[in-house]
Amino acid sequence: MSSYRIQGATGEWEVVIGLEVHAQVTSNAKLFSGASTEFGAEPNTQVSLIDAAMPGMLPVPNRECIRQAVRTGMAIEAVINRWSRFDRKNYFYADLPQGYQISQLYHPLVGEGSLTIEADEKAGIPQDKVIGVERIHVEQDAGKLMHDQHPTMSYVDLNRCGVALMEIVSRPDMRSPAEAGAYVRKLRTILRYVGSCDGNMEEGSMRADVNVSVRRPGEELGIRTETKNVNSVRFVMQTIEYEARRQVDLIEDGGTVVQETRLFDPNTGTTRSMRSKEDAHDYRYFPDPDLLPLELDDAFLEECRASLPELPDAKRRRYVEELGLSDYNAAVLTAEVETFARFETLLAETAKRLGKSEKDAATQVANWSLSVAPGVMNALGDEANPAHATAEAQAAILQMQTAGEISGGQAKEIFEIVLKTGREPAEIAETEGLKQQSDTGAIEAEIDKVLAANADKVEEYRGGKDKLFGFFVGQTMKATQGKANPAVVNELLKAKLG
Amino acid sequence: MTELTELGVKAIRDGVAAGDFTAREVAEAHNTAVAAGGALNAFIVTTPDHALAAAEKVDAARAAGKQLGAMAGVPIGMKDLFATQGVQTTAASHILEGFTPEYESTVSQNLWSAGAGMLGKLNLDQFAMGSSNETSYFGNVISPWRHKDGGNADLAPGGSSGGSSAVVAARIAPAATGTDTGGSIRQPAAFTGICGIKPTYGRCSRWGVVAFASSLDQAGPMARSVEDCAIMLGAMAGFDPKDSTSLDLPVPEWEANLSADLRGKKVGVPKEYRMEGTDPEILDSWERGKEWLRDAGAEVVDISLPHTKYALPAYYIIAPAEASSNLARYDGVRYGLRELPDGAGLQDMYAATRAAGFGDEVKRRILIGTYVLSAGFYDAYYNQAQRVRTLIARDFEKAWAQCDVILAPTTPTAAFALGDKMDDPLAMYLNDVFAVPASLAGLPAMSVPAMLNGNGLPLGLQLIGKAFDEQGVLNAGLAIQQRAAFDAQPEKWW
Repeated sequence: MSSYRIQGATGEWEVVIGLEVHAQVTSNAKLFSGASTEFGAEPNTQVSLIDAAMPGMLPVPNRECIRQAVRTGMAIEAVINRWSRFDRKNYFYADLPQGYQISQLYHPLVGEGSLTIEADEKAGIPQDKVIGVERIHVEQDAGKLMHDQHPTMSYVDLNRCGVALMEIVSRPDMRSPAEAGAYVRKLRTILRYVGSCDGNMEEGSMRADVNVSVRRPGEELGIRTETKNVNSVRFVMQTIEYEARRQVDLIEDGGTVVQETRLFDPNTGTTRSMRSKEDAHDYRYFPDPDLLPLELDDAFLEECRASLPELPDAKRRRYVEELGLSDYNAAVLTAEVETFARFETLLAETAKRLGKSEKDAATQVANWSLSVAPGVMNALGDEANPAHATAEAQAAILQMQTAGEISGGQAKEIFEIVLKTGREPAEIAETEGLKQQSDTGAIEAEIDKVLAANADKVEEYRGGKDKLFGFFVGQTMKATQGKANPAVVNELLKAKLG
Repeated sequence: MTELTELGVKAIRDGVAAGDFTAREVAEAHNTAVAAGGALNAFIVTTPDHALAAAEKVDAARAAGKQLGAMAGVPIGMKDLFATQGVQTTAASHILEGFTPEYESTVSQNLWSAGAGMLGKLNLDQFAMGSSNETSYFGNVISPWRHKDGGNADLAPGGSSGGSSAVVAARIAPAATGTDTGGSIRQPAAFTGICGIKPTYGRCSRWGVVAFASSLDQAGPMARSVEDCAIMLGAMAGFDPKDSTSLDLPVPEWEANLSADLRGKKVGVPKEYRMEGTDPEILDSWERGKEWLRDAGAEVVDISLPHTKYALPAYYIIAPAEASSNLARYDGVRYGLRELPDGAGLQDMYAATRAAGFGDEVKRRILIGTYVLSAGFYDAYYNQAQRVRTLIARDFEKAWAQCDVILAPTTPTAAFALGDKMDDPLAMYLNDVFAVPASLAGLPAMSVPAMLNGNGLPLGLQLIGKAFDEQGVLNAGLAIQQRAAFDAQPEKWW
């Protein structure tokens, strides 16, 4: 249970949160027309006769959009409805050429499912928590009004009009801004794994309607407000914080919360009323007579299932259980598609070069991927060309390090040069003299010199001052300009000091 | 030689193919008839050049020895509900006045591809809503028929395909396209003594046809013989991937399989269609129809379609509901009429545009449709009407256990005078009482002329068939046509 509470003047309040996330389906064409969905095109250049609702135009469902929504449903282990239907949601607005949005009210494509948000002590999520998803339906996006193009008129851009959206409706299962934030992030991760939405909130590919109500812990649900079109995780959390506080203050001051639609203002972090339930539209939903019900057959469903990748929870479990990674490393590595993709490529390449199993190479590659490599990259800043950070180059560095040919420090130096120049790691090690000495004869000679020059310290050490061992190692490394293999130095020193 | 305007689709096509006359001669003769027929107000725009260009293509193709299409050399009228590229398409409304599409409807394109040409865009009831062609923004179409008592009252050509029925009956066009949502092909065909068939829902693509009620709208041909309807329907029909409700079935060889031999066939006569208030002459024509079909070898059996009386109320909920949504796109934002009073905001523009752009009947149906879909009324009206629709379809399913085709009157009365029913929408709606059940069930149905009544006005008989069995309908229609030997024509007064 979340312990998140709003402290009111009269006591504690619990927040109840449900989210409706609109995710733009990744597809080349719109939900019911062949027009392109590419972001950022000139206004009204991606509009078909259907999108513009010319007389006599008819919608034809885009199979790929349906497929992506079904795969998304499967990824959250939801019921896939083999029979679903499109409904019209009727209202007038200049960004809605048909005068109705084709959506699914009565029979959505995807039914009940769930996803798990992970424990995060710092964020006040003491343990993993399952958040219910009530449904996913597909629907058309609207166009965009531009109010700044003309002194007295508004302009309409229909490029987005008709683009396929999935509306993913959660149960009111979240109890804190942190849980809501974790839910949106987890959902985004799953969508990106599945490839059904790019999750790009800045471009509007994902946005949330945030339903918030407050109640005394354990009591009946309060009246909720719905804040529309919130387009970042941070804003979702801010919306909840603001709304919960506003509602508590309102109730404690003797008022009542009105069921209404609100808007979030990112500049102030506040919400304001858009319209109340009394002036809510009567959308006059009814089945779209231009479209037949969607019926999914076994072959289609099997293909959808077979095409699903390993999903975040499964991957994370495998990283811990099969690759032996720490919970933390597994969580970080599986959070983003790009991260695990890079990791898995590098792991495969490194294991191959080392002749080891992936399990045996995993911890080393994880450490490299999560701390060493990013450290070097960040330090270089703009000087680094990420394109040079190939799996081959990094695996070659790790291979040299494992073989004792280079030290950890040299590995970083070599990687730095790789990032700047794209040169081969082996060649860099050779040319730049970035190799360790493992030649026992040469190192022994240096050790002898160090011991001879510090005879007094040798006496002290032998007299029981064990701490001086580090001093001898340091002196030897210094004498070899850091190129001696520390393991060999340790071994030889131990033997000589007895 | 017979006047070219007396010839039907088959005669023109065959005559052009045989070299008896050129397609250009046919087009010119009809263009002349169009120009002379202005008093009927049947066309919203005429397109003589389109007809000539199509004809010249056919003549050139023939000269080059190429194979000619099923409608080669036949100039037709195009109901102004079909989008025609580069030619104004209005649905007989002010709101679309001046709208010229950049696209061609699938059905009209199919016809041009088959070698037909266009004489013009035909007047109709506004957005196909009406049964008398009196709701057009461009004025009433006047039937070429007159009472034989010499009364000069202008008669209704039927609706909504009133321009289509008028020009075909008046020998201005050998055939025309119609659309039928609740009788809009069959009723005007019956009123004007011509044939018209509404095929199975989904046979003809709705792509590019201005929508009235999507789940009911169906295009079909109107012509002066069953054979001509079979030919033209063959050219119009076909699967269209651009229409999700299009039937993905091959188009049967209707013309080649025409046969008036009905031996072994059973014709059902539904007792519920014997309604109070039906004109005795209509009942008489029905009796004759039974005789003709028996004569053709069929067995006539009594059947029951028990939910018939609920069809009209259900239709007048479902069709307006769909229309209220389908017509939302006419908002003044992107095309068509825009009324922008001084200082108007978006909502004001919508209100002004739609108030000025839609006629009374269209507004009435938008209001009805909006009402029946509203929260709190949806279940009582729309959902209930859909249940009735299911029951009506089931009535027919059960009937097919007893018969192959159903014979009924097309309309409860012969053509009425213009103005007679405009003040009484319910009386007007009653005209569709026999037509609407087949529409709700999506079944093929046809009207063929049977006889003239005592006033000298045509009466039609309706044949309703099983889904996909246009052939059965056409064949029964042919048997009636051969025996009715209907050859009456309106006397030319225009």
